[in-house]
Amino acid sequence: MFGFQFISPRQLREKGILGMNRRNIHYIGRHNDRKNFPLVDNKLKTKQIAQEAGIAVPSMIATIQNQSEIKHLERLLVGVNGFVIKPAHGSAGKGILVIVGREGNHFIKPNGERLTLKEIQKDISGILSGLYSLGGKYDIAMIESLVEFDPIFDNYSYEGVPDIRVVVYRGFPAMAMLRCSTKESDGKANLHQGAVGVGIDLATGKPINAVQHDRTVTIHPDTKHNFSQLKIPHWEKLLPLSASCYDITQLGYLGVDIVLDKNLGPLILELNARPGLAIQIANREGSVPRFELIDKQAMDLSVEERVKFSIENFGK
Amino acid sequence: MSSRLQITFFTIFLSTIGIAITLYKGMVLGIPFTPDETTSIYRLGAKISFQAKDEPIKISFAIPSNQNGIKILSEETASQGYGYNIASTEQGKRAEWTKREAQGEQSIFYSVDVVMDSHHKVKIPNELPSDKIEENLDEWDSQTRDAAETLLAEVYSHSADDYSFTSELLKRVNQEKSSQLLSLVKSKDSYRLEKIVYKLLRHKGIHVRIVNALKLEGNRRNLTLKPYLEVYDGTQWQLFSLKKGKVLKPKTLFIWQRGGMSLLDSFGTREAQVKFSITKRLVPIKDMVLEDSLAKKSILIDLSLFALPTSEQNAFRHILLIPIGALVVVFIRILIGLRTSGTFMPILLALAFMETKLVTGLILFVSIVGVGLVIRSYLSHLNLLLVARISSVVIVVIGIMSIFSIVSYKLGINEALTITFFPMIILAWTIERMSILWEEEGAKEVYLQGGGSLFVAVLAYFAMSNELIAYLSFNFSELLLVVLSIIILLGRYSGYRLFELVRFKQVKEF
Repeated sequence: MFGFQFISPRQLREKGILGMNRRNIHYIGRHNDRKNFPLVDNKLKTKQIAQEAGIAVPSMIATIQNQSEIKHLERLLVGVNGFVIKPAHGSAGKGILVIVGREGNHFIKPNGERLTLKEIQKDISGILSGLYSLGGKYDIAMIESLVEFDPIFDNYSYEGVPDIRVVVYRGFPAMAMLRCSTKESDGKANLHQGAVGVGIDLATGKPINAVQHDRTVTIHPDTKHNFSQLKIPHWEKLLPLSASCYDITQLGYLGVDIVLDKNLGPLILELNARPGLAIQIANREGSVPRFELIDKQAMDLSVEERVKFSIENFGK
Repeated sequence: MSSRLQITFFTIFLSTIGIAITLYKGMVLGIPFTPDETTSIYRLGAKISFQAKDEPIKISFAIPSNQNGIKILSEETASQGYGYNIASTEQGKRAEWTKREAQGEQSIFYSVDVVMDSHHKVKIPNELPSDKIEENLDEWDSQTRDAAETLLAEVYSHSADDYSFTSELLKRVNQEKSSQLLSLVKSKDSYRLEKIVYKLLRHKGIHVRIVNALKLEGNRRNLTLKPYLEVYDGTQWQLFSLKKGKVLKPKTLFIWQRGGMSLLDSFGTREAQVKFSITKRLVPIKDMVLEDSLAKKSILIDLSLFALPTSEQNAFRHILLIPIGALVVVFIRILIGLRTSGTFMPILLALAFMETKLVTGLILFVSIVGVGLVIRSYLSHLNLLLVARISSVVIVVIGIMSIFSIVSYKLGINEALTITFFPMIILAWTIERMSILWEEEGAKEVYLQGGGSLFVAVLAYFAMSNELIAYLSFNFSELLLVVLSIIILLGRYSGYRLFELVRFKQVKEF
C-alpha cells in the first residue's frame, strides 16, 4: 500500500507499456518530423489547416496580431456574448480568458468575476507581448467563439474544461480517454496536475477505468459521481474527426484534444505532438501492442477504413 | 536498424580511440593512472672548491652519462665568471671551467637530477682505452710479488670464472689472512685498495675497470665518490663492491665515472677538492613524465592541453569536468527519470559547489533562491514582459548576493563570501522557472523539481570533486571520447526508467 512498490521491467514489457524513453526515440523521434511541430504548437495554424480540411473546430471570431489592433476590440466583439481569448503559442491552458456573457459594459468570467473592456485589452496586450509564449516570443491573440459544453460532463468536471484525448498513431485512433478537471488540477485537464483520466473503449465510447495521479479511482474526487455511468455521446463522429488530424499534420504520434459542443458536436480544440503516457493506465492496457499492430497495416487507407480497423481491433 | 548499427560502430570507434590513447599515455609514456603516484628525484651536486693562485685556471671534471636503470633528467652548473664547456673524451664526458684570473677561495657547482627508471636502458661502453694498459707487478719488490702470486694462485684454485675469482679475491683481501699482502703493498705504495685489486685482476688478465659511484639515498652532504670494480666476462659487466663483493642490486648505485682517468684535474689552483651532496625530493610521476615528454616533443603531449599555459590548463581542469556532470545528469534523467528544473542547471550548480564547498553552497543556494522567489512573486504582480522580468530578477539576485556577502562578512562568516561563485544568470533563471512552476503546478512540484535538481547537483558535485575523476579527466582527456560514447548509447536507451517501474506499478493488476 504505502511506500515504493515496483513492477519489474519484464512485466511492463509483457504488458506492452510504453515508457518515456521509448516514446521519445521510437515514436516521437521516428514519426513526428520536426518541421511539422509548428503546425500543432501554433494554435492559429492548427485551426487554419483544420478549417481548410473541413475539420470541425471552434469558430474563430478574430485574431489580433499587433498592439494597434487592440483598440478595435470593441468593434470586433459586437454581437458576441461568450468568447474565449487565447495566445496562439500558449501551452497548458496559460493565458486563456473565458467570457461567458455580458452585462452592460462588463464581461463576465465563468466564476462570476466582471471585467471591463479596458481590462480585457490589457490582457490581450500581455498576450501579444509574449507573456505566455515559450521564450517570450511575440504572440498572436485568438478570439474564438465559446464552446457550449455538452452538459453530459457536468457531473464529472470541476470548474473546468472536460476534453477527450485521442492518441492517433499513424492515422489510426489507438487509444482514448476523457480528461476531467478537478479542484486539485485547478480546472485544468492535465493529468499530471491532478485531473482524472478515464479510459474510453474505442468501439463503444464507454468508460474502462479512471485514474488520478496514476492510481485507479471510481468516483470523481469533487463531484463524487461514479465514472462507470459515463457514456460519451457522438462517439461515432469523434473517431473520424481525430483520425483526420493525421492527414493535416502528418504527425505519426499525435494527441488530439476534442471538446463536445452542445450544438456543434465534437470540435478539435488542440493538437499535441508529445502526448503523455498516463492514457495507458486509464485504459488498463499498454499501447505498444496496438502500435505494433498498426505498423503492420497499409498506410494508404482512408479515414473511414482506419477508424473501422481501430474499432474492430481495439474495442473491448 | 542501420542507425543502430551506425551508433554501435561509432561508439565502439570512439571508445577504442579513447582507451587506446589512454593506454598509450599510461603504458608507454608512463603517465600514472592515479594522482598520488610519486617518485623520488635525486639531485646529485658536486661542489668543487679550490684556492686560486692568481693565474689562469682550468678545471676539468668528469661528469656522468646515462646508465641503465637511472635516468639523468637535467644537469646544471653554477660557476660565476667561468667559461664552461663540455668535452667528450674516450673516457666519458668532462666538464671544463676556465678563467683567466681569479683570487682567493673559489667554488664551482655542478649538479644532475636523476631518477630511478627501470625501463631506462643504455649501452655500457665495452672498451675504454685504459683497459688496454697491461698491468704487471714489476714495481713491487719480490717479497710483495711472491705474496701476491701466492694469493692469486690460491684464489684461482678456489674459483671457477672471472666473477667468482673477483669475489674470492675481494673476500680474501678483506680478510685478515691477506693483510700481510696489503701491509706490504701499502708500506711501499700509496695505492688504495681498489687500485691493488685492480692491479691484481689485470695481472691475471681479467677485464676489469674502476668505476666511481654514489649511492642514491636520503639527503647527504660532504660525500665522496665510492670506488667499485666492474668486471667483464665476455658478455656482460658485473659490478663489485670492494667490501661486499658482487653487487646484486645496482639499481640505487649511480655511476659518476668509469675508467681510470682522474675525477678532477685542475690547473692554476691549490687545494682543489670535490665534495658531493644528495638531495632527494618527491615529485608526482605525472609532472616528471610530462616534463620529459614535452621536452621530447612527443606528439600526443605536445599537441595536448599540457602544452597550454598554466592558467588555461587550470581553466580546462574545470571545463573537462562538465562532461562528467553531464554524464550524471543524462544518467539520472534517462535511467532514473528524476525531474530537474533546467537540464544542465545541476551541473553549473555543482561547479559552484566545488568553489563554495558543499554545505555552504547548499545553504547559500537555498537562501538566495528562497529570497529571490519571494521578490519574484511581487514582480509577477507587475505583469512584466519576460526579458524585463528576468533582468529584474538578475538584479535582485545580485542585490541579494551583495547583502549576503556584506552581512556575513560583518558577522565574521567568511564562508558566505564564496557566494560570488554562483552563476547569477543561472540563479535568475532558476528563480524564474521555479516561480512559474509554483504558479502553474503548485508548491509541491517546486519542491519536487528543486529537490531533484539539488540532488543531481550534489551527485554531480561528488562525481566532479572526486580526486581520481578530476585527475583522469584532465590528464587523460581522451577519456572524454569514452564518456561521449556512453552518453550516445544512453541517448538510444529505450527501456523503462526506474521511476516508471513505480509509476506503472498498477499495471500488475491489468
